Amino acid sequence: MIRIDQLRKNYGSFRALDGIDLQVDQGQIFGLLGPNGAGKTTTVKVLSTLIRPDSGDAIVAGNSVTADPTAVRRSIGLSGQYAAVDEKLTGYENLLMVARLYGMSRTESRARARELLREFALVDVRDKRAGAYSGGMRRRLDLASALVYRPPVVILDEPTTGLDPRGRLDTWDVISTLVGQGTTVLLTTQYLEEADQLADRIAVIDSGRVIAEGTSNELKVSLGAERIALTLASSEFLAETLRIIERILGGSVTPQRDSTGQRLTVPAPQGQKTLLEVLGALDRAGVLVTEAALCRPTLDDVFLELTGSPATAEPSPQPQSEVEVGA
Amino acid sequence: MSTIASAARDSSVIAWRNLLNVGRTPGALVTGVVQPVIFVFLLAFVFGGSLGGAPYREFLIGGLLAQTLTFNSSFTAVYLAKDLQLGLIDRFRSLPMSRVAVILGRTTSDLATGVISLAVTMVCGLIIGWRITEGPWSALLGILLLLLFGFAMSWIGAFIALTARSVEVAQSLGLIWLFPVTFLSGAFVSVDSLPGPLQTIASWNPVTAVATSVRELFGNVSPAGYTSGTGWAADNPMLYAVISCVAVIAIFSTVAVSQYRGISKR
Repeated sequence: MIRIDQLRKNYGSFRALDGIDLQVDQGQIFGLLGPNGAGKTTTVKVLSTLIRPDSGDAIVAGNSVTADPTAVRRSIGLSGQYAAVDEKLTGYENLLMVARLYGMSRTESRARARELLREFALVDVRDKRAGAYSGGMRRRLDLASALVYRPPVVILDEPTTGLDPRGRLDTWDVISTLVGQGTTVLLTTQYLEEADQLADRIAVIDSGRVIAEGTSNELKVSLGAERIALTLASSEFLAETLRIIERILGGSVTPQRDSTGQRLTVPAPQGQKTLLEVLGALDRAGVLVTEAALCRPTLDDVFLELTGSPATAEPSPQPQSEVEVGA
Repeated sequence: MSTIASAARDSSVIAWRNLLNVGRTPGALVTGVVQPVIFVFLLAFVFGGSLGGAPYREFLIGGLLAQTLTFNSSFTAVYLAKDLQLGLIDRFRSLPMSRVAVILGRTTSDLATGVISLAVTMVCGLIIGWRITEGPWSALLGILLLLLFGFAMSWIGAFIALTARSVEVAQSLGLIWLFPVTFLSGAFVSVDSLPGPLQTIASWNPVTAVATSVRELFGNVSPAGYTSGTGWAADNPMLYAVISCVAVIAIFSTVAVSQYRGISKR
């Protein structure tokens, strides 16, 4: 549904896109994950015909963004980083305007606007100006505007940036229930959590290049998945603990230890299961553990792992609770 | 749908949106309403006395009407520059809508502001003793010519907005050139009274042609000895006014639309 070929775009000497290749299949929700400045928004802008690439091309729903941008515009719905709604217009008027601009008739436009207000739970505020909406409502209105024409491809640029946790959950819900349903979705995010939650497939990009691609699970495994952080009651248990870990996880795993010999970190390829298995074995062997936690990699960990340099992204939106377990 | 039909349709949608915005922005029309009032009374009574009293005031309004509509260009410059900074413009540019619509919708809705300024100027004119002495058809023609002129000025404003790329720059650029253009004309004085080269400029200044045509169409008599310059433009003010408006619209709409398309190359 979307095919990106060797896309390049420079801003002066800054390489925003340095040869991006991607393929998104019909009906897929595809996540483009990366820190600020990685090239996510530039990719979105090329796909939505807002900017022309210096070289390379992208085919969206069968049309080239460089050769036939008008045809591409007919098959996409865009929701940008900041909600692109007219603050002086009501929710209803905003949707009506977009519908009319897609070329729908007046009657069709009115019906579609009303339908979307219902679907996006905006009926109560339909006659309020969008400027008075909460961040979450504005984002919903923006997403609704992107869906007015029922486009086969929907492009969402950082759909939850700037939202509070409630607005974020709300938006996730809307994306998975309303946007999905056979529509091909390309979304960008700097939150691993979000890509994990929504995307069928994820590409990690940095400095304008794709540096890893796969399903959320594939990436998690390759990016070091979850880890177990253990604190032993005493360093005398260390030798026994290392033996047990080697038995469960195999010899290739090297636990990281701190200098006291009491704290160590071990990969947990199966998350919760691994944690329970390790704890059970330690318990049976009489090893006293004072703290045990399952930690998920942060975006920083991912970037450290993939690029060897820390990500410059904002901190992860939701603090990881200690024994929270991934989906 | 044909290109022209879709351009007209999409532009009318954008104009509708712009007008809703104007209606819901308190103070949006203050400049358009207050400015003509200030200019009418300032020029009529500060300069009017030394320039000939009542006959000058009758002459003055034609020039002020033309000047009032030149300000349409600064409205368009500011509002279009504002539009271009909104996130909304990315939505518009990703929609399968006419590439002309954002600008044509703006120049069209600014015409409504022009109508209001025009009405205010005329009412102020009536207060200071100006009258329309020609028939209604001639007067209507005069109003239509003024609106055509305002529309043409809007396209220059659109070009300024797309060149400036920021509201602040558009605001000052949109205003600053208006002063020489309106004052180096026969809008407020007799072209004869200007020094040599400025006389030629004023004779060919479309503002002169519009002011002169409007005086003719409204039946206003210039004070004794006042001239509107020499040359073909001065002899055929109405034809020249229409030609220059059409030329301005043709040139600046072409440039502005290609600038708008070119945003994608930035």
